[in-house]
Amino acid sequence: MDPSDKAEAGTALPAYAERLAWLEAQEAAPPADSRGRRLAAGFWAALWPKVLAVAIVLAIWQAIHVSGWKKLIFPGPGGTLADLWDQLQTGLLWHAIATTAERAVIGFGLAVLIGSVIGALVSRIPPLRAAVGSMITGLQTMPSIAWFPFAIILFGINTTAILFVIVLGAAPSIANGLIAGVDYTPPLLLRAGKMMGLGRLSLYRHLILPASLPAFVAGLRQGWAFAWRSLMAGELLVIIANQPSLGVLLSTDQDQADMQGATSIMIVILVLGIVVHTLFSMADRSIRRRWGLSGTV
Amino acid sequence: MVRQVTATGHPAPVGVAKVAGSTGSVRLAGVSKVFGRGSSAVRALDKIMLEVPPGEFTCLIGASGCGKSTLLSLVAGLEQPTSGTVSVSGRVAIMFQEPALFPWLTAAGNVELALRARGVGRAERRQRAAELLEMVHLTGFGGKRPHELSGGMRQRVALARALAQDADVLLMDEPFGALDAMTRDLLHDELDRVCAGRQLTTLFVTHNVREAVRLGDRVVVLSSRPGRVVDQFDVPIERPRRIDSTPVAELAARITDRLREEMSHGSQ
Repeated sequence: MDPSDKAEAGTALPAYAERLAWLEAQEAAPPADSRGRRLAAGFWAALWPKVLAVAIVLAIWQAIHVSGWKKLIFPGPGGTLADLWDQLQTGLLWHAIATTAERAVIGFGLAVLIGSVIGALVSRIPPLRAAVGSMITGLQTMPSIAWFPFAIILFGINTTAILFVIVLGAAPSIANGLIAGVDYTPPLLLRAGKMMGLGRLSLYRHLILPASLPAFVAGLRQGWAFAWRSLMAGELLVIIANQPSLGVLLSTDQDQADMQGATSIMIVILVLGIVVHTLFSMADRSIRRRWGLSGTV
Repeated sequence: MVRQVTATGHPAPVGVAKVAGSTGSVRLAGVSKVFGRGSSAVRALDKIMLEVPPGEFTCLIGASGCGKSTLLSLVAGLEQPTSGTVSVSGRVAIMFQEPALFPWLTAAGNVELALRARGVGRAERRQRAAELLEMVHLTGFGGKRPHELSGGMRQRVALARALAQDADVLLMDEPFGALDAMTRDLLHDELDRVCAGRQLTTLFVTHNVREAVRLGDRVVVLSSRPGRVVDQFDVPIERPRRIDSTPVAELAARITDRLREEMSHGSQ
């Protein structure tokens, strides 16, 4: 008699089900914490070292200030933070933040678009990779500020020049991230996908792209760092009248030797950069958790 | 004789019904595979003659390095033979030693992707995936990601995914090699049931002789370097079988002796 018949008839099933239940009891993973608690715990774990680091920096800063080194021009944290607070009450700083953020979003968005397309093409077309693969890495090492004379001559003193340099700064990292992801797609998964009968395009869409996601996010994170630097360099060099931006404010503070103002703007720039970077880190962690790559779970 | 065992041993399909009667078969005629060239060339397989008739469960056994996995890759079409012909009729699915599940998809998602590759519509995919997971006793685990499952569960998802391809020929490359004995025993039952229900033609590679006898209608013994078919054993033991039953152990002992003999030839 066939085992399946027995199973269907319900005679062999109890023993089987029992063994299965026993095994599964042995194998069962411990119940995960509720999502809310895990998020809160993760948030706190990420937060306290940062708070401590800021406190230490402020303490050192205050110590230098108290020591009296360059007393006339070197502001203390108290005065600077008060100045920052005052500036935050004015429309000018918010206007500047809005302008800069808009450029960042557009520039980085374009870089993601262009970098992804280039990465996708280069990773899948061997002659193209041979031709421009190393050039992409070369471009990545080029300081983006060196592109500004070129961009200003080409586009003039305007936002386009800034966006152009942001794209040149960030796109290579993003392309390289995607290329690395495609290269490191596990061959076993590729074999499994091919055996499933996934065609060229669906293999790319359902297997290679998702498999590249962690490396792609790492590329995005690095690309963002380059984009943000390029943007700040651009705003210091390409000063457009009647269009306040963080770079313009910083440059004005420099002209007026307003150290407190300049430091305030620098803090804003630093915080904005960290916030976006944190978003990418969160995306990275969430992918790792879902894939089972992190130590927790 | 072998065909007879198949005919009586695998009656009507159960579970997710497929049209009765397997159409899949595998035939290797004088297949050789050489890796590399010149003096560094390695002959992995040498003039393999092997036929797996429709519905038969054939186990391939041999010491490591006998080209078992290479043989499966040739049947799967992942590699091309250096000489000889590989003919396969029917759709082929493969299971590896590792589950090779996609970590970004849930268990159900993995099964659904295989269905999608076959062009099954969205609504039907969900239902069929649930049925297939039920078949491998994973109802309720469809929403889990691979890393949340145990090794045995993952391999069961991989089996469900292989079945989702609605293959006629199922190739298995030591699929239970990395599992503990209890889990493996359970999966043997699972596989017996599934193969009987679907009239699958199966080529199962292992280095565990008892496992081969437990599962196979026929056990084919390969020699090492180069891989050659040196012997074949029909397994006339009635199902359901147990891996620790006397007939299984006896036949396994005979095959092991034959394998030892072959290995001592190889080392001389």
